[in-house]
Amino acid sequence: MFSLLWELFITFFKIGIFTFGGGYAMIPLITEEVVAKNWLETSRLIDFIAISESTPGPFAINISTFIGYNQAGILGAIFATFGVVLPSFIIIIIIAKAFHKFATNKFVVGFLRGVKPVVVGVIFSVAITFLLKSIFDLSVLDILNVDFRWSTLIIFAVVFAMTRIWKKIHPIFIVLVSGIMGLIIYGLIL
Amino acid sequence: MLFTLFWTFFKIGLFTFGGGYAMIPFIHQYAVEKYKWITDDEFLDIIAIAESTPGPIAINSATYIGYKVKGVGGSALATLGVVLPSIVIITLIAAFFMQFKDNVYVEYTFKGIRIGVAILVLNAAIRMYKKLDKNLLSFFLILVGFGLILFEILPVIYVILIGGITGIIYQLVKVRGEDNV
Repeated sequence: MFSLLWELFITFFKIGIFTFGGGYAMIPLITEEVVAKNWLETSRLIDFIAISESTPGPFAINISTFIGYNQAGILGAIFATFGVVLPSFIIIIIIAKAFHKFATNKFVVGFLRGVKPVVVGVIFSVAITFLLKSIFDLSVLDILNVDFRWSTLIIFAVVFAMTRIWKKIHPIFIVLVSGIMGLIIYGLIL
Repeated sequence: MLFTLFWTFFKIGLFTFGGGYAMIPFIHQYAVEKYKWITDDEFLDIIAIAESTPGPIAINSATYIGYKVKGVGGSALATLGVVLPSIVIITLIAAFFMQFKDNVYVEYTFKGIRIGVAILVLNAAIRMYKKLDKNLLSFFLILVGFGLILFEILPVIYVILIGGITGIIYQLVKVRGEDNV
């Protein structure tokens, strides 16, 4: 038990160190770790992401708590969340007194100049991975086995158009609309 | 004072839905306007800090404001406050979800929701792309990040480090070039 709690703590500590640019930047790291460790399948992880987006509290904390709880109950939730919080906590306390010196340091500026675009590329690729998984139930590496179904594409087209037209739409509505469409299309039509 | 700090961040954690950026107006309302813990300039610093340090913006800002108000103890209480509602609520929901996850209608609903989440992630990528400085370096690094992860060539952490090191080299070469002019 203790070794699992320790692994949760270390895994989320690592994720906390390398999350640059808000909660969505955490998704690629979490996906990789959680799938590699066989803690969750990709589709179940996406369910957890959906719930974490639609409940109160910062996404990063919600998803860490959720995965920790799923692995090891309430103690797991606490260890995972403590792990993801600790790097920011330590870094902020170190730089709080000399933030301007930190922010204009040429290594910091250069590092961020490179990290920001690379993270955008990484998130794009995770978006593609999630789309392939959720629409066609396949991964990039076996793309030739595609089982094409128009009906699932309808959900994508409608929801994507909705987010493009109504740009400020809250994630909760996206989760609700796509959930209702899923229930109707998979439950009644397919 | 310490309790107010804890309680304020507890409320912020409880009433923020979604990402940490949704939290920014709340933080301004409480920490700047109501309690005057930090000034407007420091508030802008927080946003800059959140963008230039790792970790969730919610945690970065709670830690920073807590520190300004009451040192390391203040940081710990503010951070605990912002995290606590999530731990309680998610634990309840997770326990509930485990009961219903195998129900066939729940599964249909989540099959739809997974597509919605993929779109959320795609839109986040588009939004972050729009905020980038557009130049050859950033286009190159977007492609590097995209390709290496899509085809599972390298772990995410290495890809982030490749981006960071490339950025540092670029910065050092560029700054030296400008000094020579």
